[in-house]
Amino acid sequence: MNKAYHSVRLEKERCMGCTTCLKRCPTEAIRVRDGRAHIIDELCIDCGECIRVCPHHAKVALTDPFDSIRRFPYRIALPAPSLYGQFKSLGSINRALTGLRRLGFDAVFEVARGADVVSRALIERLKRPNVPKPLISAACPAIVRLIQARFPDLIDHVVDIRQPMEVAALMAKREFCQQHGVAPEEVGCFFITPCPAKMTAIRSPIGHEKSALDGAISIMEIYGRLAAQLRKGGEEESLCGATPYGVGWANSGGEAAAIHSENSMAVDGIENVIRVLEEIENNRLNDLDFFEGQACTGGCVGGPLTFENGYVAKNTIRKLTERMEHTRPEAAVDASALNKYPIYNTLPIEPTNGMRLDDNIVEAMRKMERIEQIAKELPGYDCGSCGSPTCRTLAEDIANGYAGEMDCIYRLKSRLQVMAQQMVELSERTRK
Amino acid sequence: MADVSILETFDVERGAFETAGEASATIKRTLKRLGVDVGILRRVAVATYEVELNLIIHSLGGRLELAVDENWVRVTSRDRGPGIPDIDKAMTEGYSTAPEDVRTLGFGAGMGLPNMKRNADDFSIASEVGVGTTICMGFKLR
Repeated sequence: MNKAYHSVRLEKERCMGCTTCLKRCPTEAIRVRDGRAHIIDELCIDCGECIRVCPHHAKVALTDPFDSIRRFPYRIALPAPSLYGQFKSLGSINRALTGLRRLGFDAVFEVARGADVVSRALIERLKRPNVPKPLISAACPAIVRLIQARFPDLIDHVVDIRQPMEVAALMAKREFCQQHGVAPEEVGCFFITPCPAKMTAIRSPIGHEKSALDGAISIMEIYGRLAAQLRKGGEEESLCGATPYGVGWANSGGEAAAIHSENSMAVDGIENVIRVLEEIENNRLNDLDFFEGQACTGGCVGGPLTFENGYVAKNTIRKLTERMEHTRPEAAVDASALNKYPIYNTLPIEPTNGMRLDDNIVEAMRKMERIEQIAKELPGYDCGSCGSPTCRTLAEDIANGYAGEMDCIYRLKSRLQVMAQQMVELSERTRK
Repeated sequence: MADVSILETFDVERGAFETAGEASATIKRTLKRLGVDVGILRRVAVATYEVELNLIIHSLGGRLELAVDENWVRVTSRDRGPGIPDIDKAMTEGYSTAPEDVRTLGFGAGMGLPNMKRNADDFSIASEVGVGTTICMGFKLR
C-alpha cells in the first residue's frame, strides 16, 4: 500500500505555470515553481478541482486504461450510478447496463446495490446510542481525506462503513465465483468512476487494508465506447437490481433520502463542505443526525471525470429513478445481509496532520513566529505570482526553505528600486 | 523553554454578525498548525466560538486574546461593558438575556457560559456593571 499514491497528476508539457489551479486548490496543495505547477503529496486530497479548472488540461487523473480489464480471465464492471446520468435519452438503467456488459465484461454489478446495503447499515448505525452527532458520511473519499488533513477533531464522526463501491465489489465477486465456480483471483472488478478520489481510494484505501476492486476506469474513457454500443441497440437484459434510493446516491442529498432521516443535511461543493465542517467543529450542528458532504457540485454527477454537465446528469437520474418501483433500501436489504460481507472498517482513520508545522509544539511555535515575521513584510495581495497561493503560504514556504523573499514580485520591485537609487547616488558621487 | 509562546488578538465588535466566527476560526487554525491534540482542539473550538458570539450579542464590543505556551492554551475575552449584574444567574443553564431578534437567529439559548465552563480546564469570570466582563479559559496541553 503506497501512502503517497495520488490519482491527480500533472502533465508537465502542458502546464503554462499560470495561477488558476494554485488559487482554486481547496487545501493549498499546489505551488508553481520554475514555471510549472507542483502538487504537494501530503496536502492533496484528490478532489480533482484542479483538473476541472485547468485551462490547459495539464491536470489529469490517473485511472486504468480500458484494455487493462484483459489482465483477468473474468471481468465485472461496477458502474457508479452517476454513469446513468451521462445519457440524456437513456430510457432505462437496464439499457446502460446491457451496453456496458457488451463492451467486454462477463457481468455488471451496480454500485447502487452496494449503496442500498450501505444505506441499510447506516440506518442501523444511527439507531445506536452514543454515536457522535452528526454522523459524517464516508462516501466521498475526497471529503474523508479533507477531514484527515484539516479537521482531525471530526474523524470520530466519520461513519465506519465502507464505500458503496467496496461493498458492491465484495458482493459481485462472491456472487460471480459461486455462480460460475471460478477462483476469486481470476475475476477482475472494475469500478466505472466519476472522479480521481475513488481511484486513490482503491489504491490506498482508508479504514481497511485492501480494496475489493482491481481497478477503476473513468466515465470519460468509457463514454465514447458505451455511446457507440448503445446506438447499436439490441435486446435489453434485465440486470438492474438496485432501488431508486441506491441509484440516488449519485446526486447530492441521495444518501440522506436513502436513510430516510429527516434530520440530515447534504452539502455539495468542497468550499461549502469546508464551511459546514467548521460549524460542526463549533458544535453548532450537534442537533443533526447525519451529514453528507460531497466535494463535487451536485454530488458524484458533478465529478471531474464525467462527460455530461452535472446538472443535466442530475436531472436524467431524477427522471430515471422516478420511473422505478419505489422500494426502500431497508425493504430490499435484510438486516442479516449486513453480516454477510466485511462492510465495516477494520482500521482506524488516522489524521494526516497536513496543517501541522512541527510534531513538537515548541518547534511549531518557533516556526509560527518566524512565519508571522516574514508575513509582515509581504504585501498581502495574495496574487499568486510568487507561485504560492497566498502571501501567508509564501511566508510558510520561505520559513520552510522552499522559497525566497525575492520570489515576491512586490518585494523584488522595491528591492530593485532601492538598488537603482543606490546606483544613481553612486554614479553622482563618482562624477564629482 | 517556557519563553516560547504565541499571542494573537482579535477585536470583536457588538452586533458584528457578518464576521461572527472569524476570530474563533483563526484561533482554531492556529492551534491546528501548532499540532494541538484533537480532543483539546475541539473543546477550544466550542468554547471560543461561544465566547466570540457572546461578545457580539451581549457586550458593547471587546477583544479576544489567544495565548499558547508549552503547557496551556488560554483564551481571554475582555469587553467594554455593560457588565453582568448577577454572575451566578448568568452561569445557570438556560438563563438568557439575549433579545428576541437575536434568539430567533438561533443564538442566546442560555447555554453560552455554562458551555464554556464545561469545555475549559480552567475557567474564571469577573464582571463589573458599567465597566466590563473578563472571561479567562485555560486548556491544559499536558
